[in-house]
Amino acid sequence: MEKQEKGFPYGHVIGFLVAVALTIFALLVVFKTSFATSTKFTLIGLMAVFQAALQLFMFMHMTEGNDRDSKVIHTIYAIGMGIVIIVGSIWVMTAGHSIH
Amino acid sequence: MDIKWDKILVGGDPLLVASQIAIVLTTVGIIAALTYFKKWKWLWDEWLTTVDHKKIGIMYILSGVLMFFRGGVDGLMMKAQTAVPENTFLDAQHYNEVFTTHGVIMIIFMAMPMLMGIINIAMPLQIGARDVAYPQLNALSFWLFFSGAMLFNLSFVVGGSPDAGWTSYFPLAGKEFSPGIGNNYYMIAIQIAGIGTLASGINFVVTILKMRTKGMSLMKMPMFTWTALITSLIIIIAFPIFTIALLIGMMDRLYGTHFFTVEAGGLDMLWANLFWLWGHPEVYIVILPAFGIFSDVIATFAKKRLYGYFSMVLAIVIISVLSMLVWVHHFYTMGVGPTVNSVFSITTMLIAIPTGIKMFNWLFTMRKGKIEFTTPMLWSLAFIPTFLIGGVTGVMLAMAAADFQYHNTLFLVAHFHYTLIPGTVYAVFAGLYYWWPKMFGYKLSEKIGKWHFWLFNIGFNVTFFPMFFLGLNGAVRRAYTYSAESGFSTLFLISAIGSIFLAAGFAALVYNIYWSFRHAERNVGNDPWGSGRTLEWSIGSPAPHYNFATLPEVKSIDAFWYMKKEKKGLELRKSDIKPIHMPAKSWIPVYMGAAFFVFGFVLVFEWHILSVIFGLSVLAGLAFRSFDYDSGYYVPVEEIIETEKWRGEIK
Ligand code: HEM
Ligand SMILES: [Cu+2]
Repeated sequence: MEKQEKGFPYGHVIGFLVAVALTIFALLVVFKTSFATSTKFTLIGLMAVFQAALQLFMFMHMTEGNDRDSKVIHTIYAIGMGIVIIVGSIWVMTAGHSIH
Repeated sequence: MDIKWDKILVGGDPLLVASQIAIVLTTVGIIAALTYFKKWKWLWDEWLTTVDHKKIGIMYILSGVLMFFRGGVDGLMMKAQTAVPENTFLDAQHYNEVFTTHGVIMIIFMAMPMLMGIINIAMPLQIGARDVAYPQLNALSFWLFFSGAMLFNLSFVVGGSPDAGWTSYFPLAGKEFSPGIGNNYYMIAIQIAGIGTLASGINFVVTILKMRTKGMSLMKMPMFTWTALITSLIIIIAFPIFTIALLIGMMDRLYGTHFFTVEAGGLDMLWANLFWLWGHPEVYIVILPAFGIFSDVIATFAKKRLYGYFSMVLAIVIISVLSMLVWVHHFYTMGVGPTVNSVFSITTMLIAIPTGIKMFNWLFTMRKGKIEFTTPMLWSLAFIPTFLIGGVTGVMLAMAAADFQYHNTLFLVAHFHYTLIPGTVYAVFAGLYYWWPKMFGYKLSEKIGKWHFWLFNIGFNVTFFPMFFLGLNGAVRRAYTYSAESGFSTLFLISAIGSIFLAAGFAALVYNIYWSFRHAERNVGNDPWGSGRTLEWSIGSPAPHYNFATLPEVKSIDAFWYMKKEKKGLELRKSDIKPIHMPAKSWIPVYMGAAFFVFGFVLVFEWHILSVIFGLSVLAGLAFRSFDYDSGYYVPVEEIIETEKWRGEIK
């Protein structure tokens, strides 16, 4: 990314187009296809993860600046905690007979 | 609009009417006194609009002491009710309200502000900073906490108290089973205070990461600052969970959604799950700064460097990670099956390991030290064995199979009071005695302090130790009475007598504050204990508003100790003093507190149109802030020299 700081911001334009494309694809998958619901969820879930990564690297300067390491560490920490909270809750709430 | 006039004042009960009258009279009294002594302007300029971290800390502590009083009276009322079988002092409904408000007030409006207050005062001084990173946000945090606390306390005279326990489990806490408005207070008042706490967490992390003085690497920070950092990280991870849980709980109650309801696809146990995902980390939020206080106090009065500094840091980091992985131990009995229960049993028991490491490190710090039995040290010494009882019973509760027996009994109540009181409350007392001279320029009386210590300690153990046995014998928690045939009477009576000593201990603290304010010796110097190790003891007492005339340079851990020993880096030269930039005071935080209070109040009463209007008043505060360009002022060199005169002549 550093190289492009002066010239035309190709990286940003491409990133933006990819982001728009991913959003449209997600809508298309939900409204225009006849996949099973679980397949739809998997597909749009994957696109969401890809979208998030795109935003972090292309626009939110994840890998730039002199506090790069701390940014990476706290992002990984936050993602880890997010997984614990969400996956953990789903696990706990669907295990045993608590749900019934 | 359906204004519920009949619900506004809770009437009937003589106790309540008496408190209502007392509240009105106190308010009138305070207003009259402020007007008579012409103190309004002083109050506004010096306190309400201040952004000074030390003054904000003092306001936190003052509110915390008040809330301790309120929560303590609740505790005494419960002890009085259960002192004898079939007592009729409180009826079932009243008892429910009292244990609910007791739990919420003690945790959210007593323990939290006390610790926030102590962090606010000591942490910036320990890292050699002149304020926190965002001073105005800091004031906002305080006013949001204060606004939430006042709103919550209002409930018992206006509208009715929440009564579904401090855990407020759905479906009981939902509209279906708790129709009135009492439980709205829970959802809204805690939310307001919680926003403030989250902001504090962010503020402290940035302060510690970005504003340490020259040479203070992370591994040279005092242990209390370390715990403040880790606590703030837990706050940032855990509080948003509660924010969301409270928000959707409020939507269920106010706007008829079905997140936690039994019918219409709601999942009531999800509340318990989310509550404890926040709730367990929350108990570490209130215990870790306490560990930090004990570490500093023990090192100071054993006159030795803290033993095993690195392992102490590692232990709190591990505790903070594990704290996010144990929440299910609060509802083993929900029926999540053996796999889930076993996993959480193991993670819970694992916490005993890093905690044990800390215990041994404190003991080794004292080994061969020249221990000085000052009041802060006494609290730290008493903490170790009493907290150990809390910890060991915690491991007992951690075993899922055994927990089916202990669950919901007074055994559990005894356990968590044995962790929260020695852990948090003793630490708060230790911290208050320890840093009091830094806040006010005089020590609290050591003699009255010993009364406070012994009364409180004996009272605490006599009150709560019998509860372990009551619980093992089958006495359930949250029960307002029991029969004479149950055989519980003797232990309950002993426990009730103990609580009188607890109350006397608290009274001794209040008297100590009053007595020392009037009579204690002033001019205690920068290092009133004579054995301070960290930077806060290098500056005047009370700390000047700009903290450090010149920023110190740190070469090792316990920097001040070595400066004293090597007689280096302590003197202040005239040529080094430069004008100091300080942040401007602001009316916006206190305005936001007031706006949130009114907004919260109309939400509680479900006056929807009014809540839109007052919601806008909150947004107005945000808008004002956006156009606030006041970038502060400079403290002139002459003023600094004048303030630093206690050092002798400055060349
Ligand atoms: C000062 C002396 C105190 C006394 C006499 C006291 C007494 C009690 C009693 C009698 C109960 C209810 C037992 C039952 O379930 O019937 C209780 C519950 C509780 N206490 Fe305390 N307590 C004190 C201090 C504290 C402190 C300092 C904290 C926290 C920092 C605290 C937190 C709680 C909590 C969270 C509950 C559970 C409330 C609920 O069931 O929803 N208490 N206490
Ligand atoms: Cu827990």
